[in-house]
Amino acid sequence: MRFIDEFRRSDLAQALISQIHRRSRASVRFMEFCGGHTVTIFRYGIRQLLPPTIEMVSGPGCPVCVTSNADLDKAIALAEVPGVIISTFGDMFKVPGSRSSLQQANADGADVRMVYSALDALQLARENPDRSVVFLGIGFETTAPTIAASILQAKEQQLANYHVLSMHKLCPPVIRAILDSGEVKLQGLVCPGHVSAVTGSRTWEFIARDYGIPCVVSGFEPLDVLQCIAMLVDQVESGRSEVEIAYSRGVKSEGNAEALKLMDRVFEPAPADWRGVGEIASSGLKIRKEYGEFDAERAFPVEVSQPIEHEGCICGEILRGVSTPLDCSLFSHACTPQCPVGPCMVSSEGTCAAYYSYGGAVGG
Amino acid sequence: MCLAVPVLIKSIDGREAEAEIGGVSRRVSLWLTPEAQVGDYVLVHTGYAINVLDQEEAEGTIKLLEEIAAFDGDEG
Repeated sequence: MRFIDEFRRSDLAQALISQIHRRSRASVRFMEFCGGHTVTIFRYGIRQLLPPTIEMVSGPGCPVCVTSNADLDKAIALAEVPGVIISTFGDMFKVPGSRSSLQQANADGADVRMVYSALDALQLARENPDRSVVFLGIGFETTAPTIAASILQAKEQQLANYHVLSMHKLCPPVIRAILDSGEVKLQGLVCPGHVSAVTGSRTWEFIARDYGIPCVVSGFEPLDVLQCIAMLVDQVESGRSEVEIAYSRGVKSEGNAEALKLMDRVFEPAPADWRGVGEIASSGLKIRKEYGEFDAERAFPVEVSQPIEHEGCICGEILRGVSTPLDCSLFSHACTPQCPVGPCMVSSEGTCAAYYSYGGAVGG
Repeated sequence: MCLAVPVLIKSIDGREAEAEIGGVSRRVSLWLTPEAQVGDYVLVHTGYAINVLDQEEAEGTIKLLEEIAAFDGDEG
C-alpha cells in the first residue's frame, strides 16, 4: 500500500460511476468546498462522467482566493518596510492587490521570497539575523497548525526576527455564512479532506443537523471523490443527512488532537474578511498575546488605503458558488493565468484556473 | 493550498524525520504527529506531517470498492 496508485484504479472508478448512475434519481447540486477537489474533478473529467441529475459547484475553499484585497494590500505594504524580507507560499506572489502585487513590489526592490514551508521561513530568519522575516500566514485549519508550530519553534530557538502576518481562516463559519445567505441551494457537501484531517469530520455535524444537508469528507484521488459522490447520492436517495467519511485512511471523527492543541495555544479566533463574503465573526485566527513578539501586525503596524476591487472581476460570486467563470466577461480574455485579474485565476486550485486549464464548458 | 501527500518515514531524529516519496528523500517535521513511527506513512502538508495514514482503513476501502466492482460486473 503506497496510498496513491491504489486510489486511481480505473476498474474501481468505473464501478463507482456505474453505481452513481444506477442510484441517482433526484436532481441535486453538490458543492465541493475545497479547491483541491475542484482540481481532481477537472483533471479526471469527473463532471462529464456523472449523470445529468448531479450538478457540481465549486466553493470558497482556496485560501489565496478568499484573501481580501485589504489583507493583500497590508502584505504588500509590509514588503515595502525597509529591512523586511517577506516569505510566502508561491500562490500569493502573483495575486493582484488593490494597486500592486507582491511580484510588483519585488520588482520595485522589495525582498519577497517564495517558500514551500514555514520551516523555510524559519531558516531564512536564522540566515538573516540582521533583518526581519515576515511569513504570510495564509491557509485554513490544515495550514494554521504548521504556522503555530513554526512560532513555537521560533520561541524555542529565540528567533526574535521571525514574524507572522496571520491571515488564517476557518472553514465552518464561511460555509454557515453561504448556507445562511440562501443564494445557493445545496443537497450535499463534499467536505475538505485535509482540513478534516486536523479538525475531525465532526466539525461538519452542524451542517447535517441544522441544515439537513448530507456531508461526506473526501480525499483527493479520483476514487476518493467518486466514492464521496456515491455516498452523497446514497444519503439523498435514502433521505438521510449525516456526516460520513470517504477518506477513512486520513481522517477520523475526532481529528488530530496535537495539531488542534498547538493551533489553540498560539492562535485565538478573530473576525476575518473574506473576498466575496465580507467580514465573518470568529472566522479567522490571530496570534495570542503570549506570542505577540512574533506578530507582524504588532512589530510593523502599516497603514493601507481603502481597498479597491477590480472592475468586472466576479471572483467573489464564484467563491460563493453563485456564478461560474463562464459567467465572467474577463475570463480567458482579459484574465488568464499569465496575466490574472482575480485570485481565482492565480492559484493553481482556483476555480477560474481549473476552468482555464481543463475546460469548463461541460457539466455545468 | 491544502495539498498533502503520503510519504513513508524512514528514520526519526527528535521531532524531524527522513521520509521518502517516489524514491526522493526529504525532511519532514513531526511536531504535529509525535506518535508517528518508522515505517508509517504520513500525510505531509508544507513540510509538516499532519496525520499518520491508517493502513487498515486504506485496505478496507479498496476491498469495499472491489466488492462494488464485483457486484457491478455481475449486474452488467
